[in-house]
Amino acid sequence: MTGSQPGLAPPADVVEAGLGAARCAGCVVVVEDTSEAEVRFAVNTTTTNGIRRARRVTVASVAEVDGGLGVGVATRSGAVDVTDLVRAAESQAYSAPVADDASPLLGGVVDAEFGATPPETDLSVLSGVLSGLSAVFERAERARTVLAGFASHTVATTHLGTSAGLRRRHVQPTGAAQMVARTSDGANSAWVGVGTRDFADVASEALEDELVRRLGWASRRVDVDAGRHTVVLPPSAVADLMVYVAGSAGGQDAEDGRTVFSKPGGGTRIGEQLSSLAFELRSDPAEPGIECAPFLTVTASSAEASVFDNGLALDRTSWLRDGRLEHLQYHRAGAVRHGAQVAAPGDNLVLELAGAQGTTADLVARTEHGLLVTCLWYIRVVDPATLLLTGLTRDGVYLIEDGEVTGTVTNFRFNESPVDLLARTTDVGATVRTLGREFGDYVNRTAMPALRVDDFNMSSVSPAS
Amino acid sequence: MAKHVPSSDVDAVMAAALDAARQLGVSDASVRVETIRAQVVALRDGALETSSDDTEDGVGLRVVHDGSIGFAATADVSVDAAARLAHQAVGAAKVVAAVRRRPLELAAEPGHGTVSWSSSYRTDPTAVPMAEKVARLAEWSRRLLGQKGIDHVTAHVRAVSESKHYADLQGTVATQRRVRVHPSVEAVALDPQGGFEAMRTCAPPVGRGWEYLDGEGWDWDTELDELPELLAEKLASPSVDAGRYDLVIDPTNLWLTIHESIGHATELDRALGYEAAYAGTSFATPDKLGTLRYGSPIMHVTGDRTAEHGLASVAIDDEGVAAQSFDLVKDGLLVGYQLDRATASAAGYDRSNGCAFADSPLHVPIQRMANVSLQPAPSEGPTTAELIAGVERGIFVVGDKSWSIDMQRYNFQFTGQRFFRITAGRLDGQLRDVAYQGTTTEFWGSMEAVGGRSTYLLAGAFNCGKGQPGQVAPVSHGAPSALVRNVNVLNARAEGGR
Repeated sequence: MTGSQPGLAPPADVVEAGLGAARCAGCVVVVEDTSEAEVRFAVNTTTTNGIRRARRVTVASVAEVDGGLGVGVATRSGAVDVTDLVRAAESQAYSAPVADDASPLLGGVVDAEFGATPPETDLSVLSGVLSGLSAVFERAERARTVLAGFASHTVATTHLGTSAGLRRRHVQPTGAAQMVARTSDGANSAWVGVGTRDFADVASEALEDELVRRLGWASRRVDVDAGRHTVVLPPSAVADLMVYVAGSAGGQDAEDGRTVFSKPGGGTRIGEQLSSLAFELRSDPAEPGIECAPFLTVTASSAEASVFDNGLALDRTSWLRDGRLEHLQYHRAGAVRHGAQVAAPGDNLVLELAGAQGTTADLVARTEHGLLVTCLWYIRVVDPATLLLTGLTRDGVYLIEDGEVTGTVTNFRFNESPVDLLARTTDVGATVRTLGREFGDYVNRTAMPALRVDDFNMSSVSPAS
Repeated sequence: MAKHVPSSDVDAVMAAALDAARQLGVSDASVRVETIRAQVVALRDGALETSSDDTEDGVGLRVVHDGSIGFAATADVSVDAAARLAHQAVGAAKVVAAVRRRPLELAAEPGHGTVSWSSSYRTDPTAVPMAEKVARLAEWSRRLLGQKGIDHVTAHVRAVSESKHYADLQGTVATQRRVRVHPSVEAVALDPQGGFEAMRTCAPPVGRGWEYLDGEGWDWDTELDELPELLAEKLASPSVDAGRYDLVIDPTNLWLTIHESIGHATELDRALGYEAAYAGTSFATPDKLGTLRYGSPIMHVTGDRTAEHGLASVAIDDEGVAAQSFDLVKDGLLVGYQLDRATASAAGYDRSNGCAFADSPLHVPIQRMANVSLQPAPSEGPTTAELIAGVERGIFVVGDKSWSIDMQRYNFQFTGQRFFRITAGRLDGQLRDVAYQGTTTEFWGSMEAVGGRSTYLLAGAFNCGKGQPGQVAPVSHGAPSALVRNVNVLNARAEGGR
């Protein structure tokens, strides 16, 4: 994991050149260098792969305009003429309306390694997965199962500088390995996926073992009707649901009355008890195993995050605490406008109930009757006012009887709100690192517990398998 | 601001990549040099909230070496970098060669020589100053914010221009330029009882230029004028009684049902299992080709990469295959698939039908969706009003909103922007909380009538997701209005236990 991009200027030099070329009231330069390697496989053989080197340079220029400050943002990739980019951003800034999200640019912190070369990755980082894969394919064919999957590793290095003197640098490794096994008749399937920083903890044989175990549960098929069921959701499925809770935590949208966190009649539900269980849903740059950038990088303003806040120090932020809504996302200007606390979107997400113990298997053992739903899929918002989501189960739904998995059942379409679901949770496991089945490619750093939830609404049966 | 790499430099970069690949003994190689400019402007209640102007440059090289694919790409568009890519791509092919179980073959495609093509537009939307974009959205926002009962308005415009240079060892050298634009406006009315209702414009994303916002291809003035009254009516409307209804579905909604239940289901890579780990497979497996009753006999669905203003339209795809049109469902039977060169070869086709696409120069091409369209009734065909007149108790569905379908494309659920009750052949006010659920073949089997050409609209999306790493493709879907009998309608609030 070493190297740099030949032909491209050192990123710190690009930042300094951009800031040096700036002529207006303020400037932010962000250089994002990305190195990626991946291999994909299906029908028991490799399919596509890739090695990529990318660079994006973003300039946000702040100009004095009639009535306040305007901002212009321009991004370009590759061997960028940063002076040209600064001029383009400045041109936009001078013709922009007054920016509602304006705040003083941040300074004061200079990272000691700001001038260091960005590290890179390549396919060798996947050798632990690839070395065993051929034998895994061979065993799958003998067992009349069909494997598909994906292993990828990315190293993203961010250099961020402001005209107020801030210089921050962060290196973010991100990896994931996923594997699906389907029986050759297509009747049953199972999925496993793990997130990792460096693949030192990932082996294809371990993924294979778990798939074999889950497919073994499918030897007995049981008919179960749609309706409300007690379900055990493993951490991966919980992650895909909690991504929506965090993604709906925009303060401005809530103030506007447009989300599940809006208070009827005006304002937000901050402080309201959402679950009798003392859940904490948080983002924390220092979370062990899923560490992420301790400062904010924003290349386009939104309702929740502002380019003016680039470099903002991030700390542990609880979206839910003790089962109450604790924070919504506000940039600095929005927080001032609404009398709220600044809270920036994080790059990891953790749900935890202090003191909760047990794995998914332990929750199954503690369940008299219900369904083990291993994966959720194609989850979309039906009603933002309640955060009602619809989606499907996928790659393994199993019947639990007297604390044991006793057979496989059909897939279902569900209609459920993850906010309501936290209020109907009856058992919680220990929080562990996990990878969401649907959103793990985009929200890699999650840690979740298994949950048991009563009255989960399986709206209809899906014949998919 | 977006400066395109001079064509002489592009030629040199592509030649460097292909020459180096050839010297390394590849059996196939193709290179793309691209500049993609993507802009987003968003206003909330008339104030600028988001402004981004992102230009991506890059070069990507795909090789086939000793029966394995290798892909390498860089944002550094230079001769030296391109030559290095050949070594990296061949190196990647060698790494996976040690793992693969079967060699990969690509269906043959002849060289097409030098090709120059542009999509049909007047004004590149990314060349319009950002200030002009902000001003247009602000004007639209003001028109709605001044109306009684509207509490909030969000307005967006997304604009993209692509400049794609392609060359391969078969001798095809293509230069293609595409633009697309998607403006949208959503009005929100807060419900005094709690909650809210929102209504968005139904104007689809299109392969047109800025002239689209001036009314070429969509009547913005009429839709914006109608929105406040429609939203007020929706807010005051009753919640739907769940049950079975006959649906007349407007193309602004039906395009998405086509996309999910036909477009993805007839992608051959899915049907063969290549997407089993992520996007999913398909119930429409190759053994059912020519026999699967997909829908009623009036159902005729085509794929094409040629439609004017189509978001998936090109002249040459990202594997050097010439754009084509083809049948997917004819007389209600499954008769075809969307192919790329690898899946075409795997399934025994002589040739791909040109459905390879990469959303970035840094991504490997994969099989992506053509413009998949439900054809209207021949000759004049019925109008939407005539379809509605044939319904005793039903719902007229307009505009898309929430969507979800399972990984084999059987079970789907959709909502919409506007739901009008149909009583005795006439529209009878709006309904709230409507969602319709179905199973693909049952739903299309219940399609009793399609509208004529006058009801046909080319709609679509910028954001069709597929593949790992994830790629996002723009795609259009043409549809007429359609009458579908006896569809399962849910009450979304009741589904949420309220």
